[in-house]
Amino acid sequence: MALAGLLWCVGALLAISVAAIPAARSRWGTPAVYGAALCASTIGLGLALVSLLGGGALLGALTLPVGLPWLGAHFRLDALAAFFLVVVNLGAAGASLYGLGYGSHEEAPGRVLPFFPAFLAGMNLVVLADDAFTFLFTWEFMSLSSWALVMAHHRRPGNAAAGYLYLIMASFGTLALLLAFGLLAGPAGGYAFAAIRAAPPAPGVAAVVLVLALIGAGSKAGLVPLHVWLPLAHPAAPSHVSALMSGVMTKVAVYGAVRIVFDLLGVPTWWAGALVALLGGVTAVMGVLHALMEHDLKRLLAYHTVENIGIIFIGLGLALAFGANGMRAAAALALTAALFHVFNHSVFKSLLFFGSGAVLTATGERDMERLGGLIHRMPLTAFVFLVGSAAISALPPFNGFVSEWLTFQAILVSPALPQWLLKFLVPAIGALLALSAALAAACFVKAFGVTFLGRPRSDAARQAVETDRWSLATMLILAALCLLAGILPGYFIDALAPVVRALAGAQLPRQGELDWLTIVPVAQSRSSYNGLLLFLIIAFAAGLGAEAIHRWASGVLRRSAPWDCGFPDASPATQYTAGSFSQPIRRVFGSVVFRAREEVRMPPPGDLRPAQMHVRMRDVLWDAFYAPLAGLVAYVADRLNKVQFLSIRAYLTLVFGALVALLTVLAVWQ
Amino acid sequence: MAIGLQLLVQFCQMALVLALAPLFAGYVRKVKAHLLRRQGPPLAQPYRELLRLLRKDVVLADSASWVFRVAPYLIFATTWVAVSLVPTFATGLIFSYAADVIAIVALLGSARFMLALAGLDVGTSFGGIGSSREMLIASLAEPAMLMVVFTLSLLAGSTQLSSIAASMQASDVGLRFSIALALIGLVMVALAENARIPIDNPATHLELTMVHEAMILEYSGRHLALIEAAAFLKLLLYVSVIACVFFPWGIAVSGQGPAAYFAGIGVYLLKLAAGGFLLAVFETAIAKMRVFRVPDFLGAALMLGFLATLLLFVTLAG
Repeated sequence: MALAGLLWCVGALLAISVAAIPAARSRWGTPAVYGAALCASTIGLGLALVSLLGGGALLGALTLPVGLPWLGAHFRLDALAAFFLVVVNLGAAGASLYGLGYGSHEEAPGRVLPFFPAFLAGMNLVVLADDAFTFLFTWEFMSLSSWALVMAHHRRPGNAAAGYLYLIMASFGTLALLLAFGLLAGPAGGYAFAAIRAAPPAPGVAAVVLVLALIGAGSKAGLVPLHVWLPLAHPAAPSHVSALMSGVMTKVAVYGAVRIVFDLLGVPTWWAGALVALLGGVTAVMGVLHALMEHDLKRLLAYHTVENIGIIFIGLGLALAFGANGMRAAAALALTAALFHVFNHSVFKSLLFFGSGAVLTATGERDMERLGGLIHRMPLTAFVFLVGSAAISALPPFNGFVSEWLTFQAILVSPALPQWLLKFLVPAIGALLALSAALAAACFVKAFGVTFLGRPRSDAARQAVETDRWSLATMLILAALCLLAGILPGYFIDALAPVVRALAGAQLPRQGELDWLTIVPVAQSRSSYNGLLLFLIIAFAAGLGAEAIHRWASGVLRRSAPWDCGFPDASPATQYTAGSFSQPIRRVFGSVVFRAREEVRMPPPGDLRPAQMHVRMRDVLWDAFYAPLAGLVAYVADRLNKVQFLSIRAYLTLVFGALVALLTVLAVWQ
Repeated sequence: MAIGLQLLVQFCQMALVLALAPLFAGYVRKVKAHLLRRQGPPLAQPYRELLRLLRKDVVLADSASWVFRVAPYLIFATTWVAVSLVPTFATGLIFSYAADVIAIVALLGSARFMLALAGLDVGTSFGGIGSSREMLIASLAEPAMLMVVFTLSLLAGSTQLSSIAASMQASDVGLRFSIALALIGLVMVALAENARIPIDNPATHLELTMVHEAMILEYSGRHLALIEAAAFLKLLLYVSVIACVFFPWGIAVSGQGPAAYFAGIGVYLLKLAAGGFLLAVFETAIAKMRVFRVPDFLGAALMLGFLATLLLFVTLAG
């Protein structure tokens, strides 16, 4: 059975994790650990793929006699779990393959190697868990192992603070999930998911559970306003772990939200859809605006994870709204869009983080203002990073476009929704989605253009060398997947059909057998898209143009200094930088969203000091929520500090008082 | 056989737009010149310019990479394909089911992505300023365009341009306020996307006021010819979209035979003449605005599109 095989893979990963502690000291430890992790996750990927495509024959459940004695550990492999396992294990296999090359640059392998397989095992187990205890236990296991990886380079400035914030937010999220599962299980304590499904909660309880689940899973996935830890913690880890955290762990969080909201809560309510979709829309735009203001390559990518999580939640919210109104076909469309974007984002985000890791090893720089011109030194890395950038900017013929196109199609079905609030809200969410897509393209022109194009801005960038073969192989495979999912989306949508059918009660029409492999979500007269044909016609048109020019036009090519309107300046400092590229957008959006203020200090005439410009930006959400909260905690802790220095009599009085108070509460309760 | 015939018509469309695009640009210049009481260059001048550029050598900056050399071909091909997916003289051509109007907008986005990267490639300040401003304009124009697209698709129940044109031709759509808002929004987006006055000036080489021209400053020879051709095609695309969606009369339906096609081409030429005349009049009557006024202009377009969509969401039931 596939489930047993997957659990064996997880067991193997845990064993590798233990074996890595002594192995990290040896020279062969790094390749051995990553090689073994690669084998285990490739087998896991194969098993998950077979069970997803196998049409239910390989799905099943299993109870192991570990965990709570009266409960045991329930595991279950259904279509939803199988799909997310594909995402998890694809990312895991990619990161392991990449790690074979990248890991050799690690200065402290003992801090990375033992936790890496444990992190992979944790993510697999969360998806397989079928009772609340196992889910929460493995969720915490995943959080802590990833925290250990974030802290791998804890002496670098900022990393310790990032790890601290991550720990707080992760505990807070788990607390919310704990309460959610407590409410779902009810007073009888039926913690198995099967028991929860059999007795869905009352509407009032369901509303509280929904909000708690959104807080719990959303804080891990990076929903605004719970995203603050993500752009700090994800980039702090080694790059292949950043890829896993951004590309895969956020998807496990999405899995948690889908499992609770779609599966365990029973029939959805329409306002839940409105809430989720609105959160998604705001998250998408906030994420991309933050990314535009960011000049640290890895942090920029982390902010884009926030954006893409927003796009996924827009799809999920629409699916809830349609499902609540009994529009099953539309719910299936929205859910397909969201899940397809889950897959797509995991692929291109891993690719981009791998690319940034290659840049980091080649130059030691994450700051884009000190890079540039890398396309000459690292041509293959530049090429795959370009593919990833086009995919994440939702440009055809790559995969990111297809899932966003499906989301747009779902939005265009929504005038049929009966609720007035939704009628007003959904077009606004459509505008937010369109805005975030356009801004993402601007952001990746900046990210790719400033990092890889132009002239080098530092010696490190001038002397960069191409990265190793393992890393290149990983990135090329992922880039090929981006193109493949973009030009043959029908097969990927068909693979999602069992998941969507189980959750939404309907599925999209089968796409793989349509003429010319066009995808048609509703009807041909309504909308259709054919990435393959588009790709071929563009290739044909480009070939025709190139052939005509080759034949009839002048083929001479001379190299010379740049023209630059007659005033070329040899200094690379005169190029546009990341800061200057995003300055117009900062002026348009940033003055409101970030309260950006520019201050120019111009010396008086005759003074030879250079003029200076300072830009101040504030994170409005941090100022509004987190800073007051941190202040409150500090204040309370200060006051409670006095309790530490009381006499024994005072302590006894406190204990007695607490006991009386608890007994009173109990007496009133009964 | 049927497929062969359909492909033939499709390739005719591709050839037609490619042949017409420079002529249309020349026509707009000619009308503008006449409005200014000048004689203006002959209609065929854009063709001559392209041929001259094709004959010239390419002078490539030392720091240019392969992106700079590949970009013109991709930009040209993507824009050309995007135009040939728009119904010009006939709807329902064989390729038109490969991409709906959202995909056409995204295709233009792909072309712009490459162009902006090419602007950054050489590493000069002018290229950077052009790319940066182009992406600013795009980040507002693209959502505005999509909101207009939403309006039209909600009215027609489809995102296929062919279906939208057919549905607008049918009398049951009637006159709606949303259509007017969408038309104004689309015209504003078209002006911005094609670097026309009041957003950008296609004829200027005054450094600080240019956007599109700054981005392509380093291009020369055949590369520049391809980019110029792509710009002509893009202008034709927007005029064709406006014509086929808001003024869909006289457009042929695929499979009606050569007579209908020729009639369709005649009507299409008339529409282009009218559209180009209006564009020239508008451009002559108005002054270029400062770059930082552009967000206001495009924000207005976005709001118009949003209002049009919202009105439809509220009034359309089921």
